[in-house]
Order: sequence, then C-alpha cells, then structure tokens
Amino acid sequence: MENFFFYFFAALTLIFAFLVIANPFSNNPVTSAMFLVLTIASLAGLFVLLHAYFLAAVQVLVYAGAVMVLFLFVIMLLDLKAEEERHIRAFGLGAGLISVGAIVSIFLISLLKAPLLSNPAPIVHGDTLALGKLLFNQYSLPFEIVSVLLLVAMIGVVLLSKKELK
Amino acid sequence: MTSQFILFSLLKVLCVFSVLMFIVGNAVWVERKVSAFIQDRRGPNRVGPFGLFQLIADAIKGFLKEDFTPGHVRKAYYWLAPAIVMVPSLLTVAIIPFGSLLGSQKMVIADLNVGILYTFGIVSLAVYGIVLAGYAARSKYPFLGSIRSSAQMISYEIAMGMSVVPLFLIACDPKGIRDLGNGWREAWQTFLAGTSSLNLSRLVAWQADHCWLIIYAPLSFGIFLAAMFAETNRLPFDLPESEQELAGGYNVEYSSMKFMLFFMGEYASMTVSAALLTTLFLGGWTLPIPGLDRPASTIPLGLLQIAVFLAKMLIVEFIIIWVRWMWPRFRYDQLMALGWRRFIPLALANILITAVALWIKPGH
Repeated sequence: MENFFFYFFAALTLIFAFLVIANPFSNNPVTSAMFLVLTIASLAGLFVLLHAYFLAAVQVLVYAGAVMVLFLFVIMLLDLKAEEERHIRAFGLGAGLISVGAIVSIFLISLLKAPLLSNPAPIVHGDTLALGKLLFNQYSLPFEIVSVLLLVAMIGVVLLSKKELK
Repeated sequence: MTSQFILFSLLKVLCVFSVLMFIVGNAVWVERKVSAFIQDRRGPNRVGPFGLFQLIADAIKGFLKEDFTPGHVRKAYYWLAPAIVMVPSLLTVAIIPFGSLLGSQKMVIADLNVGILYTFGIVSLAVYGIVLAGYAARSKYPFLGSIRSSAQMISYEIAMGMSVVPLFLIACDPKGIRDLGNGWREAWQTFLAGTSSLNLSRLVAWQADHCWLIIYAPLSFGIFLAAMFAETNRLPFDLPESEQELAGGYNVEYSSMKFMLFFMGEYASMTVSAALLTTLFLGGWTLPIPGLDRPASTIPLGLLQIAVFLAKMLIVEFIIIWVRWMWPRFRYDQLMALGWRRFIPLALANILITAVALWIKPGH
C-alpha cells in the first residue's frame, strides 16, 4: 500500500515538475506556476509517507499557500506577452545544462558515498514537539543564523522598494 | 479493520458533507431574513412558510439559467476557479472534531496530529480560487478584485496564524496541564491516546478541563475573529467584491451554476471558520456541565454533544451574518494598515506576553 502511494506521488511530482518547465500545451507562465503548486502538493504527499507530517503541512502552508501566491501575483502584474513569446537561446541552454549537470553530479556523488541503511525505511519522527526541541536546543545556533539571514533579506527588500531614502 | 475504517470514514464524510451543505443553503436564507429585519423589510416570504423553501427555488434557478461563457475568458481557468473556491473549506472541515464518540467511533473525520497546521495549510490555498477567477476573466474589474483579495488574504493569514499560537502555548504548557497518562481525567486518557500537542481534540479536552480559551486568550480571540472576516471575504472586509468600486469583483464574468459555486464557497468557508472558532475558543463540543464535559459513554450523550457543537457553531455564524449588516466597509488602505500595522504587531506581542507569563508562572 505504502509502496503504491510512494510511486503514485513520485510519479505525480515528476510529471508536474516536467510540466512546470516544458509544458507542450501552453507557454503561459501562470500555468507553469500552477503546476509548481501541484508539484509542491505532491511533494507534501511524499513527506506524509515518510511520517514527516509537520514538514508536509508546512510545505503546503509556506510554499503552496504563500510563496506561490506571491509568484502568481508578480507574474500577473508583469507583462506576459513578452514572456510567452520568448524562445530558448543557446546561451541560456548552455548555462542551464551546466548548472543542472553540476547539481546532478553532486547528488550522484553524495548518493554513492552514503552508506546503505540496513533498514531502508526509517520512521522519521516528524512530531512537532520533537522538531521544536531539536531546533531550540541542539540546532539553536544554525536556526538563529537562518532567522537573521531572513531578517536581513527582509530589511533589504524594504530598503530597495523605498522610492527615496530620507 | 481497514475496510471497517474506510467504511466509517466514508460514512462520516457523507454525513459531514450533507450537514455542511444543508447549513450553507440555509445560511443564505438566514442572511436574507436577518438583513431584511435589520433594514425593516420582509425578506423572502413567497416560497413555502416564511420563505423557507427559497433555497430550493434558488438552486433550481441556478441550474436552469443559461451557463454563459464569455468569448474573451481563459477557458481552462474559467472552469477551474469555481471548483477551487469550494475545495479548501470542504478539506478543512475534515479535521474539526464535531463530537466525542458515537459507540467507538471518534466524531472527527481525520484526527491529525498536525491539526491546526493542516488547517492553515489548506486555508492558505483558498486564495487560488479567487486569483484564478480574476485571471481567467481577462477583464479589469475581476482582475483588480482578485489582486486585492490575494493581498488581503495573505496579510490576514499571518495575523490569524499568529493569533492561535498563544492557545497552544497555554494548552501545551507542562506546568498547567495535567499531562496525558498522569492526571488527565480517566475519561480523556483513552480518547486522547496517540495525539500530540497540535491536535484539535486535545485543545478541546484542555478547554473542558479548565475553561474556554476565550477567557484565557481574549486578545487572540479578537484578532482571530477579525482575521476570519477578512479570510472569508465578508464585510467589513469584503473588498474583493465591493460593488461600488468593482461591479462585483472577481465573479463579474460568471453566470448560472458557476456563480452559485462562488456564492456557496463563501458560505461554506464561513461555516467552516465558525466551526474552527468554536473548536479553538469556545470549547468545541463540550459544555461545563457534568456529563457533557467528557467523551460520551452512551449514544444519546454523543448525539447531544454533536448538537452542542452545532449550536455553538450556528451562533457564531449568526454573528458573522449580523456583523455584515451592521458595519460599513473599510477602505483598502485602512484594511492593509489594520492588518500589518495593528494586528500583526499585536499578535506578536500577544505571543511574547503569553510565553513570558507562562514562564514565570509557578509550576505545580
């Protein structure tokens, strides 16, 4: 049963992700964004199968619910005509291939180096309480650093969007 | 076990869905009657006694009117948007505990441990229906309405999400709580087995054991209530469809059943928010009366608790309807200023104060 759901959600994720970047039926950026939402939702399904319920809920809440809505917001307010008629250029293709290749090689190397687990499906304790305790005890420093990073980004955005500085 | 589980779940889904749809239909009638009373009119009084069958007449009208699709719309999104409007409210209702036990069945469709996070995850998807409706229409008023609504819903979601944090701080505080296993009253122990801190049933149990959370966290209640109006696009925050400025907003290009779906979506989300408010702040299905403040041991008691929940929910829904006819609409910049400059700092301060108060409070 779990196997079936794994393959189901994995297939959905891959199909939707493919449709985000290369949809044969439409060039519309909004359609791409909507497929990205579906990709995120099916990823959340995979998290649920790993018993990481917290991650699944937060994935939907933050990415599908907030980030993607803002994406849509921006896409709709921009001029879509130019984007719809844009063609793939050699430079973009080359740069894309190189970066994808680099990421794939990193994944492959780390996958090959990782020791095989004796128990192939370890139950992750995705309990919110456990996660909170880990974040605020063991990993409190990285957690705080990430928070500061986000704060810096936020202040930067506010500064950039101000027309004139007093 | 598994087939039994599926059978009972399907049964619960069916019951909850039909009750929800019944309430949605009749809420429209109540809304029209209340507005008529407030404006010194009679309201619907032609179909059936007191116009009670108006719902049926409206439904038939909705189905029989011409389903016109304007030539300039984006077809796929035009068809998709009304459906997406309905879905989030139907998904949210799945985790709301509307009763304790009937026999050995827990009266909640999915007793999720991430409870409230799931709710906010799904609620945050509600904005897509309206955004896509505005986008699909390919005309200015609906588009402006949808842009407004996405900004509004995202803004108030933040305040709403932060307003419930103190509730879980209070209810999960190890000093205040008689923890599961050592001190929850016996009746609760089997009922709450396997749940963790963000579970909604547990919040209801805490409220039955202490006092309704509206007493402990009145500020949270205020922020949640206001954000709820904004999230359901109801007056005083119904700017996405303000008639004077946008000729109806995001649903301008829709007719017939598709328009009805938007309408039903609004009432469904209203009903579900009322249910959520009841669960979070008003003690859910419990009443501080012996027998009603613990999981039911007999079937009649179980049914009575469901009735208690429905009664509370309907009172909240009535207040939502009432407010609509008593308040003027906010201006858009006022709405944004209220959300970002008042509610969010207030909600943050509320979290901080609650946390500090719980920290310095002497333990048992």
